[in-house]
Amino acid sequence: MRELDVKNKAATRQDNNSPKPGYKDQADPHAYLEQLDRVDPEEARQWLNVGVDITGQNRSGTFIQKDCSVLHSGCGSGDVEIMGISQALQTHDWLKDYMWRLVSPEKDEYTRMTRDIPHEGYFIRSLPGAQVAEPVQSCLYISEEGLSQHVHNVVIAEENSSIHIITGCATAEHLRSGLHVGVSEFYVKKNATLHFTMIHRWGEQIEVRPRTGIHVEEGGTVVSNYVSLRPVGSLQMNPVTYLAGKDAVARFNSILVAPPGCELDTGSTVILEHPGARAEIISRAITTGGTIIARGEMDARAEGVKGHLECKGLILKEGIMHAIPELVGRVPGVDMSHEAAVGKIDQREIEYLMARGLDEETAVSTIVRGFLNVDIEGLPPGLAEEIDQVVSETQHDAL
Amino acid sequence: MLKIEDLVVEVEGHTILNRINLEIPEGETHILFGPNGSGKSTLMMTIMGFSGYRVTSGHIWFKGEDITRMPIHERARLGIGVAFQRPPAINGLKTRDVVSLCAGQKSTNVEELAQKANFVDFLDRDLNLNFSGGEMKRSEMLQLLAQSPDLVLLDEPESGVDLENVVLLGEIINELLGRGVRQREKESAIAHRSKKSKSALVITHTGHILNYITADKGHVLYNGVLCCARNAREILQWIREYGYEECFRCAS
Repeated sequence: MRELDVKNKAATRQDNNSPKPGYKDQADPHAYLEQLDRVDPEEARQWLNVGVDITGQNRSGTFIQKDCSVLHSGCGSGDVEIMGISQALQTHDWLKDYMWRLVSPEKDEYTRMTRDIPHEGYFIRSLPGAQVAEPVQSCLYISEEGLSQHVHNVVIAEENSSIHIITGCATAEHLRSGLHVGVSEFYVKKNATLHFTMIHRWGEQIEVRPRTGIHVEEGGTVVSNYVSLRPVGSLQMNPVTYLAGKDAVARFNSILVAPPGCELDTGSTVILEHPGARAEIISRAITTGGTIIARGEMDARAEGVKGHLECKGLILKEGIMHAIPELVGRVPGVDMSHEAAVGKIDQREIEYLMARGLDEETAVSTIVRGFLNVDIEGLPPGLAEEIDQVVSETQHDAL
Repeated sequence: MLKIEDLVVEVEGHTILNRINLEIPEGETHILFGPNGSGKSTLMMTIMGFSGYRVTSGHIWFKGEDITRMPIHERARLGIGVAFQRPPAINGLKTRDVVSLCAGQKSTNVEELAQKANFVDFLDRDLNLNFSGGEMKRSEMLQLLAQSPDLVLLDEPESGVDLENVVLLGEIINELLGRGVRQREKESAIAHRSKKSKSALVITHTGHILNYITADKGHVLYNGVLCCARNAREILQWIREYGYEECFRCAS
């Protein structure tokens, strides 16, 4: 009995433990490419799967890092700066003040690795007042077997600016093991808007440890979308957002699918520090055999703040789905709510659609597609097709 | 169109319907009266083939085919459509998309149908999510308009609907069944005469809906047994005057 308890508890552990042993912390360097048309077509295809298009069409700028090297960075707009973080530190003396301010290097072993053995990362900044029309894309890619990649990213949306960033993370098809650590610090200044869409498509045994801090000033908005549909060894992340000004807004959407053998421990923490701050965390998770922990924490520290958390999980046939919504109110006059549901597809819903003439398989896929259909602003167009494909692939798990 | 023979139905091991015999000829609208818990909805769910409603003996025939063991979607494709009393909400599934799905292979103009059901503003909302009672009914009727079944099963169509919307609902039902004076107004006399009306089975326990639709016959279901079949308005008068129990006593 005791043994069973321990096994069950295992699903909820905070996975801050050490990485698996045996990773290497350096990779062969890759030469910088002025033009992306010389990229290996196979790699370009992997990048496109996560929303990164080497043609740069409909993009304001591009950053690509392969293993430990910046492969390319450039932008077609004078409103935005994009470059590797080491070059950015040389360019802007002040940038060092933005490093390690929102994420402590002593947070855990992963952050210490990133401080001690840094491997680049991106710097993206929208200039004051700039309305960057097309999204900026960035890609973090691992091609070398057994590499432990540690990147440090800084994004600054200056006052009154607006920018959308699509970050795609992927590994080469053949890759078996690897570790990705990404320390990210996002600064959303007064009345600025940052849209951040992150699409993960890692390998089946890759460990992924993003460590993110977001600071939003008065009137600023951050919208973060996270999509992980494909197998990954284990993922653990819980970005912390500080709504540090009046009427600051944070919205988090995530779409997660966990196939067998996959462990996803994801969540968001939002600290509402000033009156009028608003936050929304929405997650839709489906396990087809893997383990998903969907966390959400809101901490209301000022009157007149508003927050809503929504965690919905489906277990198609087997797997573990653990929803942990948490609300903290420290003053009166806060308005916080949450909604969490874990279960299988309701037979009534399936039969309801069958009564309209849909066969069982079509009814199930229609419901699953609807379940994953969070209204996400600015997703790359190919993603809807990707979701469709994952839904049809997971079909047999449901029936 | 629909013929039910000696039907016995169990739900969770309890017999709910006992030796039901019922026939609805083509083009006729039949009303099923009965107090709460008498088995009205069970009959409807069994005709549609929902799980949990076990037919232990008897048969259901539709268009000459024995559909007693047929899967739900095949019954739907054969021409049976149902409007549920409490349909489930489906997250992320837009009402517009469901209406298209209901039409199957037929080409359909969703906007036009939605105008008829006064439901255009709801097309981009998730199906049945936070709909009021009346909105759910209109959503159900809109889906049926797209599906255009030959036999329509309506479960308490007037429940939870305010007075103003009952009139609209009656009009939609008449449109669906190809009946009523307003339908007659829209078409030439010849077109109207040559078009066959659809069949329907309408569940009601208040009878209010009879003010808006034309019924050809009424049946009373009491404790799982069909105990009376005659003019629907006459039955309603009896029930109003003497209650269901007396109605049952008279028949037996």
